[in-house]
Amino acid sequence: MATSGPFVSRALHALRRLPVLPALILGALVVAAVFAPLIAPYHPLEGDTGERNLPPAWLAEGSARHLLGTDYIGRDVFSRIVFGARVSLLVAFTVPTAGAVIGTAAGAAAGYFGGITDEALMRFTDFTYGVPFIMVAILVAVVFGSSLFLVIVLLAAFGWPPFARQVRAETLVLRNMDYVHSARIAGASSLRVMYRHILPGLTNTIVVLITLRVGAAILAESVLSFLGVGIPAPQATWGSSVADGRVYLTSAWWISLFPGIAIFLTVMAYNFAGDWLRDRLDPRLRQI
Amino acid sequence: MSRFVVRRLAYAVLVMLGVSLLVFGMSRSAGDPRNLYLNEYSSPSSEDWKIMGEELGLDKPVVVQYALWVGRALKGDMGRSLSQAKNPLTVITERFGATAQLAGVSFFITVVVGVPLGVLSAVQRGTILDYLARGFAIFGQAVPPFWLGIVLVLIFAVNLGWLPTSRRGDWTNLVLPAVTLAWPACAGMVRITRSAMLDVMDAPFVAMARAKGVGRSGVIWKHAFRNALIPPLTYATILIANFIIGAVVVETVFAWPGIGRLAAEGAFNNDFPLVAALSIFFAFAFVTSSFVADIAYGLLDPRVRVS
Repeated sequence: MATSGPFVSRALHALRRLPVLPALILGALVVAAVFAPLIAPYHPLEGDTGERNLPPAWLAEGSARHLLGTDYIGRDVFSRIVFGARVSLLVAFTVPTAGAVIGTAAGAAAGYFGGITDEALMRFTDFTYGVPFIMVAILVAVVFGSSLFLVIVLLAAFGWPPFARQVRAETLVLRNMDYVHSARIAGASSLRVMYRHILPGLTNTIVVLITLRVGAAILAESVLSFLGVGIPAPQATWGSSVADGRVYLTSAWWISLFPGIAIFLTVMAYNFAGDWLRDRLDPRLRQI
Repeated sequence: MSRFVVRRLAYAVLVMLGVSLLVFGMSRSAGDPRNLYLNEYSSPSSEDWKIMGEELGLDKPVVVQYALWVGRALKGDMGRSLSQAKNPLTVITERFGATAQLAGVSFFITVVVGVPLGVLSAVQRGTILDYLARGFAIFGQAVPPFWLGIVLVLIFAVNLGWLPTSRRGDWTNLVLPAVTLAWPACAGMVRITRSAMLDVMDAPFVAMARAKGVGRSGVIWKHAFRNALIPPLTYATILIANFIIGAVVVETVFAWPGIGRLAAEGAFNNDFPLVAALSIFFAFAFVTSSFVADIAYGLLDPRVRVS
């Protein structure tokens, strides 16, 4: 009979102190995004104009057919939220990961080689911090139009400096480790040293930073969608759903309210998960 | 100190240069630049088309075009906004006051509410007040700013009727937009002040003050607080820049007639001259406030000047 080895029991033990509510929310998010066509009762883009502006099911004129009500074209709010989860999850995965890849490469190079590489990187990240993100997003939308790809590129372009700075700081420490010195004396190339010896020491920080940045990425994407310069209509995104409902705020408040709750819960769940991960993996990143 | 100032000045110039290159570069990389200066209704004759080409200097090398564009911009000529039919700079200067007012009030709220709350939260650690303050902070940092505004309007304007829903008027119109803009910043301020206070309260000199017999509030405010001020102060100095950005969303939600809403309108109308001018202006505001912030920080903390 096979017994579970130390790895399995350690993994289970780690899960014991998992924050339950955030984990549930994130789990629901992933399930909603992946199985959207199966979960959503209606198509997110096609509305039944006979059922416009229906209130949520628990209110007087609501109907059990539309749990969270419908919008002004008759699209089911709940379905739009479920499908909107796809966009948010996509952004949550791609943007911080892209930022991490670019930022780690740049930060590690700057920290390891020092000198001009370091100076150049620091100036460049300083510059990125000084540029107003929303204006650039609007500019890009006006000149090139808006698309999912552009949104991801834009968010990643403004999201990589925090990675670069943190990785650079840690690389500066790691490159003075004995094992790094030994590797260099033994003749290892710089690339090999960075990849095989320094990178493993960075992974904890990178993972934590990725999780912490997800919330910011989701918020940024929702702001862009709200302003109309994000992922273009008629794609169902949470931000644009909130924007859609603004005109009907006094009469059909549910159109704006529920997608916003979805954004808020998701970002909060990711923030909590990130804090939990950080406390476990790399408490030095603590700022509170 | 003067070297520090020069360095920050150089940084400011660098950012402005970079932004101008970014804006110009974009205008020249999406097909014929003349299209950006036309709205959907105008169809210029081939004569006008050629004249536009000459004005933009399209027959000359790109570097010369850039120089032409910068030269005009420095003289205040930012073309003609497509939706406003005026020089964008004129519109911007008209509307800037409204945004400045909003940002100013929000800054005041952030500091006046955030700092004491952070201090109290640290001092009364583990109590209900602490949890409430931290809940307030967590909420503020996770909530989408546009949705916060909408929810506040729903509660206070639509349902309770205490405050107006939008536009600028008397002080009642200021409340909801300022609170919406300030809340996330306030949340950050509470967190930073709290953690700074917690760090300081563990310091030996605080134990010394207590041992000396200084009263509790004396220990907190005269000894601990003063030395915990640097992180909150640093944070406060970057707040103005963040408010300028946040104003784009908040002004849109509340129909506040400032430059943030102007930016959203420019986006909606595909108004390149306006958006280009706004980008330069925003960058300028950003850079100016960062510069002032850095100088203030340098004056407060001598260690920064020599780094």
